[in-house]
Amino acid sequence: MERKTHASERPDHRRRRHRHRAGKRSRPTRRLLLLLEKRDLNAGASGANHGLLHSGGRYVSGDAEAAIECREEGDILKRLAPQCIEETAGLFVAVDGDDETFAADFPGNCKRCGIPCKELDPARARELEPYLSERTFAAYEVQDGSIDPFMLALDNVAHAVSLGAKTMRNARVRSFDIEKGRIRRVHVTDETENREFIVEPELVVNAAGAWAGEIATMAGAQVGVICSKGTLLVTQDRLSTRVINRLRKPSDGDILVPGGTVSVLGTTSVRVPSPEDATPTREECVRQVEDAAKMMPVLASTRYIRAYAGIRPLISLGGSDDRNVSRGFSLVNHDHEGIDNFITISGGKLTTYRLMAEKAADLVCEKLGENTPCRTREEPLPASVSGRWTEPGLAPRNFAAETGRTDVMLCECELISRSVIEEITRNLENMRGRSALNAIGMRSRMGKGPCQGAFCGPRVTSYLYDREVLSGTRGIEELKSFIQRRWKGQKPIMWGRTAEQVELQEALHCALLELELTGEDE
Amino acid sequence: MIELKCDVMVIGAGHAGMAAALFAAQRGLSVVQAGTTGGIDFGSGFIDVLGVHPVAEKRELDEPWQGVASLRAESSEHPYARLNRDDITDGINAFTDFLTAQGLAFQGNEGRNLRLPTPAGTTKRTYLAPATMAPGATALREKAPCLIVSFDGLKGFSGRQLTETLGKNWPALRSAIITFPGLDGELYPEHMANALADPARRKALAETVRPHLGDARYAGFPAMLGVLDCAEVTRHMEELLGVTVFEIPTLPPPIMGVRLRAAFDRGLHGLGVRTLSQKTVMTARPSPDGFRFRAGGAREEYAISARAAVLATGRFFGKGIRQQTHDMRETVFDLPVARPADPDDWYDDVFFSQNGHPADRCGVLFDDDFRPLNDDGTPFHHRLHAAGAILSGHDWIREKSGTGLAVGTAWKAVNTLAKSLGEAG
Ligand SMILES: Cc1cc2nc3c(=O)[nH]c(=O)nc-3n(C[C@H](O)[C@H](O)[C@H](O)COP(=O)(O)OP(=O)(O)OC[C@H]3O[C@@H](n4cnc5c(N)ncnc54)[C@H](O)[C@@H]3O)c2cc1C
Ligand SMILES: Cc1cc2nc3c(=O)[nH]c(=O)nc-3n(C[C@H](O)[C@H](O)[C@H](O)COP(=O)(O)OP(=O)(O)OC[C@H]3O[C@@H](n4cnc5c(N)ncnc54)[C@H](O)[C@@H]3O)c2cc1C
Repeated sequence: MERKTHASERPDHRRRRHRHRAGKRSRPTRRLLLLLEKRDLNAGASGANHGLLHSGGRYVSGDAEAAIECREEGDILKRLAPQCIEETAGLFVAVDGDDETFAADFPGNCKRCGIPCKELDPARARELEPYLSERTFAAYEVQDGSIDPFMLALDNVAHAVSLGAKTMRNARVRSFDIEKGRIRRVHVTDETENREFIVEPELVVNAAGAWAGEIATMAGAQVGVICSKGTLLVTQDRLSTRVINRLRKPSDGDILVPGGTVSVLGTTSVRVPSPEDATPTREECVRQVEDAAKMMPVLASTRYIRAYAGIRPLISLGGSDDRNVSRGFSLVNHDHEGIDNFITISGGKLTTYRLMAEKAADLVCEKLGENTPCRTREEPLPASVSGRWTEPGLAPRNFAAETGRTDVMLCECELISRSVIEEITRNLENMRGRSALNAIGMRSRMGKGPCQGAFCGPRVTSYLYDREVLSGTRGIEELKSFIQRRWKGQKPIMWGRTAEQVELQEALHCALLELELTGEDE
Repeated sequence: MIELKCDVMVIGAGHAGMAAALFAAQRGLSVVQAGTTGGIDFGSGFIDVLGVHPVAEKRELDEPWQGVASLRAESSEHPYARLNRDDITDGINAFTDFLTAQGLAFQGNEGRNLRLPTPAGTTKRTYLAPATMAPGATALREKAPCLIVSFDGLKGFSGRQLTETLGKNWPALRSAIITFPGLDGELYPEHMANALADPARRKALAETVRPHLGDARYAGFPAMLGVLDCAEVTRHMEELLGVTVFEIPTLPPPIMGVRLRAAFDRGLHGLGVRTLSQKTVMTARPSPDGFRFRAGGAREEYAISARAAVLATGRFFGKGIRQQTHDMRETVFDLPVARPADPDDWYDDVFFSQNGHPADRCGVLFDDDFRPLNDDGTPFHHRLHAAGAILSGHDWIREKSGTGLAVGTAWKAVNTLAKSLGEAG
């Protein structure tokens, strides 16, 4: 594909850029905020995490500061973004064989961090959560919650856009031009159109998560990022009302987080060389299932729907076990490295994302000479339309309530009707990116149920052809790419019913539709 | 507990099980058959023998028998290596003659493969197609003026998808979306097919289609033109529209599943087969002169003594073989399963990988008479035979050999079994 020259792109972006009027302290200057994302929202750790709104309990024994941060931020988010959070509460449970001293110290450690914690009789805990092992010997209740990271991201971006920000997906930052200690130009590839463009920034915030090291290098700066992969498994059914934590020194497969109609088990912590290595492995899955079954025996026999993995950026402090590397966040002002208009914010947790953003925004303001205070500590996060369909169970409720017989259920696992897909497609516009199917998958629960796209994939594809969103053979390519993404999550859990389902899918997609025979070499 | 006695217990109600029950009954043996949902209920109704060989080269075959011959020469493990061409064609003929008598005729291309459109807008090679679908091959080959009809509310079938994907090489292909007369909301092929039992409904349908016909000489419909009356419904639609009418398979649940179940239910009953539908075999006890089975399901339980048995329980989807975290087990007799030792080698990283997945070649090992083998290579039981997807050494999904292999192996299994029962008297 032919690339347009930079020059032809530049004037356009100049016009969009805002002039910096320094020194105008009384009224905040209107500036353009541009969010560049190389793939789609939540393409990184924010879309591949455990969804646990930490009470702080997990950190009380090892990292009191992180524990307190979680408690404070958890309280703020429950107040300001309630649409994204289910206040499930959480249990910490120890079973025979777990370290008794560790368990006994837990309530005291919680108290020291101001984290509410109630001791429960093991029998009572098993009444509340019947799948807990009979061999539970200690149980404490805390205020964990479950957070929908997709809705959270969509609502945040929608809010930012309503305040004048612009977002670009499939826009990959390639390099910086640095002159006189400042980033003058950011070279970006628009991967939807396959062309290059340039942004001339006043200031660049590097919030690239596990890729923060790469971006820093482009600016000639340094951020020591260690990539730690975590693998998680999604069950077909929700197995508990509360978050269930193993009460022991943090290890793999400790936590089961309920979200809507499913539960998520995780996670591992494996060093990987690159942020692109987010592939869950069979070994990680089997090991976690076998270990966690000691806490909840049902985990050995329940049906898993898929696995996924995310990469935590751990900011390097030396040492060998990645759990000991700080999970706190790092905010770096790179002026000490001779670059004036560049900062990095990375590490941390979803639970503390708001605090990270606040600190980063404060530093941005300071550097730009603004003194407007950050308001996210008080102002609610408005619920957006785009975030509506990510919540498990919402589409079914809507289907029952609003539509009559005339609607068609395209996704039977997650009960997503034609009208929901229609609404998402209508709002997709330029956010479609390279694959409408993947973009819809990100904005709804399509393909996330037991069939993992086997049936809804081809059905939604057909619908998108009817709607003229797809043409030529593009729909077949998108379908294959969508299915491949789902496969990455099924391959590590090919036992029991997953294997049955996948064979049915392969029979349909290959024996009948012969999708594997399509492609360039045809 | 209901006690039953028979010559042959057929375990499985997919293509292999149905064929085995049919062939055994036609030889005068008494048959009990158990099984629930299988490939029949989800498939297209196409009878593939071999559509692709070699799989890794993605070579699509117009001449299936040439492919079968080289497969036989290259791999002694493949079930086709233990069948000759007559086993496969005799089996398929017996199978399709039976279905034709029930109203489901099939059509081929004089021993060559047909090439037919799929609902994804791809094309597929098959050996025999239901007669209601086969004209699609001629329309496609001749690139004839053709209208694809799709229905508002029938998900997974878009006429525009077919024109967009096939239209590049077939400019005279057009499509229209219409409403199905008298039905609204979500449509299912079965409901539509039942509605078309009424000739008045066909007339109404033809009226809705006619304005879109233009110069079309063919009209392609999603498969829903009748159940066992499909030949008559299709003929009537042709008469009403004045064009050649053909069906294209739909996504599951397909009408062919309903048709095949109905045909087997009626036809096998007529041959005296005792079908325990929606029942599965829960325990199996072999003895020197046969087997004792327990079968059950929602309501009754059965105790069956059989002199011989055919294991046609399919692979993973059929539930003949169960994958565990570290192993694979055969589910009825706990036969050894041939598989790569390391579970990490069972599946490829790429779903549509051109080699297919090693797991899809797993199954029970078998001898020349399709008797499953123990680890030491001896038959597990002299009167236990296996047929269909549960056999090791083939990848029917990627080779496109599903139904042909199921029927051909059932034919051979039943032939040898009938002989050994005959000899035993
Ligand atoms: C397995 C796992 C489980 C977790 N569980 C929890 C939990 O239960 N609770 C909790 O509070 N926290 C949890 N976390 C932590 C939490 O997910 C992360 O801290 C948080 O999502 C990080 O967000 P981020 O925006 O910093 O990074 P990311 O979400 O990774 O975002 C970085 C973005 O930058 C983009 N990018 C990278 N390079 C470029 C480029 N060149 N150009 C343009 N864009 C680029 C990426 O595509 C990505 O979308 C977990 C993390 C992992 C990995
Ligand atoms: C989506 C799909 C599309 C297909 N398309 C084509 C096609 O285009 N062309 C083609 O030729 N073939 C096609 N097939 C393949 C074909 O229908 C068969 O699946 C295949 O030939 C294998 O048949 P089988 O009878 O060996 O196994 P299955 O069809 O898997 O049947 C196994 C049977 O065993 C039963 N069973 C399992 N355990 C027990 C037990 N303990 N007791 C009693 N019964 C038991 C099951 O209930 C089931 O009835 C398709 C299949 C599918 C699923």
